[in-house]
Amino acid sequence: MIPELGQFALVLAVCLSLCQAALPLAGSFTGRTDLMLLARPAAAGQFVFVGLAFAILAYAFLTDDFSVLFVAQNSNSVLPTVYKFTAVWGGHEGSLLLWSLMLASWTLAVAFASRSQPLEFTSRVLGVLGIVSAGILLFTLLTSNPFTRLLPYPVDGVDLNPLLQDPGMVIHPPMLYLGYVGMAVPFAFAVAALLAGRLDRNWARWTRPWTIGAWLFLTCGIALGSWWAYYEVGWGGWWFWDPVENASFLPWLMATALVHSLAVTERRGIFKSWTVLLAISAFTLSLLGTFLVRSGVIQSIHSFANDPARGLFILGLLLLISGGAFVLYAFRAASLESEGGFHPVSRESFLLANNVLLVVATVLILLGTLYPLFIDALNLPEVSIGEPYFNFVFLLPMLPLGALLGYGMHAAWQKMSGMVLLRQLLWPLVLSVALALVLPFIFFGTNSFMTVVGLAAGIWVALSSLVMPLGRALNSDAVRLTRAQWGMCIAHLGVGLFIIAATVTSGYSVEQDVAARVGQRWQLAGYELEFRDLRQIEGQNFTADEAEFEVRKDGRYVAALRPQRRDYPVREVVMTESAIDATAFRDVLIALSDSVGDGAWAVHARYKPLVRFIWIACVIMALGGLLAATDSRYMRPKELRAGVKPAVGVPLEEGGR
Amino acid sequence: MSMERTKAWRYAIPAAVLAVLAAFFFRGLQLDPAYNESPLVCQAAPEFSLPDLADPSRRVSRADFAGRTVLLNVWNSWCAPCREEHPFLLELARIGVPIYGINWDDDRDKALAWLNEVGDPFVASAVDEVGDVAIAYGVYGYPETFLINPEGTILVKHFGPLTPEIWAGKMAPAMEAECAVD
Repeated sequence: MIPELGQFALVLAVCLSLCQAALPLAGSFTGRTDLMLLARPAAAGQFVFVGLAFAILAYAFLTDDFSVLFVAQNSNSVLPTVYKFTAVWGGHEGSLLLWSLMLASWTLAVAFASRSQPLEFTSRVLGVLGIVSAGILLFTLLTSNPFTRLLPYPVDGVDLNPLLQDPGMVIHPPMLYLGYVGMAVPFAFAVAALLAGRLDRNWARWTRPWTIGAWLFLTCGIALGSWWAYYEVGWGGWWFWDPVENASFLPWLMATALVHSLAVTERRGIFKSWTVLLAISAFTLSLLGTFLVRSGVIQSIHSFANDPARGLFILGLLLLISGGAFVLYAFRAASLESEGGFHPVSRESFLLANNVLLVVATVLILLGTLYPLFIDALNLPEVSIGEPYFNFVFLLPMLPLGALLGYGMHAAWQKMSGMVLLRQLLWPLVLSVALALVLPFIFFGTNSFMTVVGLAAGIWVALSSLVMPLGRALNSDAVRLTRAQWGMCIAHLGVGLFIIAATVTSGYSVEQDVAARVGQRWQLAGYELEFRDLRQIEGQNFTADEAEFEVRKDGRYVAALRPQRRDYPVREVVMTESAIDATAFRDVLIALSDSVGDGAWAVHARYKPLVRFIWIACVIMALGGLLAATDSRYMRPKELRAGVKPAVGVPLEEGGR
Repeated sequence: MSMERTKAWRYAIPAAVLAVLAAFFFRGLQLDPAYNESPLVCQAAPEFSLPDLADPSRRVSRADFAGRTVLLNVWNSWCAPCREEHPFLLELARIGVPIYGINWDDDRDKALAWLNEVGDPFVASAVDEVGDVAIAYGVYGYPETFLINPEGTILVKHFGPLTPEIWAGKMAPAMEAECAVD
């Protein structure tokens, strides 16, 4: 009975989302305030019912209700309780429901935070979000209903994919989806501006904090995914250019471009049609990612069950939502006039370069991801492209981006002297090149061209991010940095640290794949490893071979590592659980894979310098985003800034009624 | 640098790009191998060799199917839906469809008694005491029916009672269709 209530809640949510899509939009064109005022209650009601459906599905998992097909396919009575809960999003149907829940949450937040904005504009934003929500909810109900019953029901479920039975999987999908789905908000703002046929700086000021918010969740989500892959499947790798990873990374790149383009639109009233295009594209890439992951057109270790019917439905949604927006763009973009020009040496130029480089990276990675599809469709001979391609096409635009980043941060708006800029940043430039040449010799005893390039870029970005805060700290008379400026400096510091960490990890990791027996000792990058013991252990829903390794450095005990090779009998899956000794500056990782006979085991040992900084740097970037998104100019929405007119021709008071 | 001089048709480029991508996606969906309910569909039926229900000294194995289109039905004597589908299985057996059974989670005497009482549609039934064959076939309940072609490839996996509708709507068409084997 309870699962039927969940389905009923979903049906009600669809009805409310259709109301939210149709009525306020109709009202905004006919000027009927009563229809426009329906947007907020519809959004709130939709949130309640999607939340209820989600809670009911979670309840079905927690109570082992295997008469629900989705529960039977993704859970098991002996599954640990926390994973019974996370199993809610461990499969296609439930993760779609999570998608809807995240969208409903963003919509609710927009509904509440937009009360000081013109009602006509808000109605359009919420209307567009309603269309997206209705599409996804209908998709869930019609092709992927998580509440479908299974009669006769099995005595037990087939268990959650053991890959997903991991603490990282508890927060990774919600974070990622918050970011992914959050791109719907700038999308809705962009479409609302196109519908109105006008866009001013207020528009950018409203859109920007939402974009940064979605961006920071996406940043955290991607970092968590990378961390999970690192210890769960990666044997020390932290990024694989897997289609599903790319599906989340592409919107991130586009969102990063959008955040910067919005800065120009907010400050100078230019780049308008470009900003709108980026906003539509970022969400399009989110939808595209959803399509790729769930339709099975591209194979990946992460992909959900293949189903062309689902693929067709999402393709239809993509055409309706993104296609509709792009067609609207084709007709209306020309009317978004720029309010001025700028000089070649100016903040605007640097941000334009940033945008072009990020878009180039996005396009090249998208091409690489979709490449198998093009090959199949055109019947071309198979040429495999993989990591080398992606690394190359990513670094190609990113290196100039890093080089320009430091200057861009310090360039003045509209026009400035190039000489002043060069002189101002001379010391970080010299220092970064010098450190990049010297540091590797001190810490690792060797150096290479790519390491120097990478390190110089990373140190340069990090140092130039510190110029502003340090300058203000040393000069007590100077105006204090705003929160947004702090955010910019910290986020860019994160970028610098990321480049440094990625360079060092790529350049100086040591990887050993050996066949080892109990009692064997060997050296790994200055550490002595000893295979001490091997035993059988039993977990709640698995049995495992557990090895024990002792790690010593210069004869002193460092850590005991216990990697496992787990056997999950219900799904007949074998998993390697690696063991890691982590400090801030290096990881020692050991994974146990198969027995190779004669008492020997295949052992993967890794020494990964600075690998932690890859994720720490992402958190720092997200922190910078958090500061920027909560700047006082976004938090005091009622104060109109001098000289900025309202976005649309409706008096501002209207929104408060 | 001026944006105003940009020609209007350029704004249609994104829509055109999306249209081209969508065409490729549509094509990609068509090329995708048939929708698989079970990862086993369009795969070779797993090998097995189990004791015969009627005569435990004999073995029933996948090799017995060779060269024929057969149904493989997972059943036991106490599951209600198995009783429900039973008359239709008898009907299929009568028109000459070879049906092999996998008796799972059951008691041998009760199973034989039940077949005696309601009729035996099976060419032979294998007793899966350990349950490992059921696992190999991805079975998670009873009854479950597999349609296996003469080459030993699983064409359809059906969960729940087999009905004339399922037979006509799902199984018969699958016998005509080619499996996209990669």
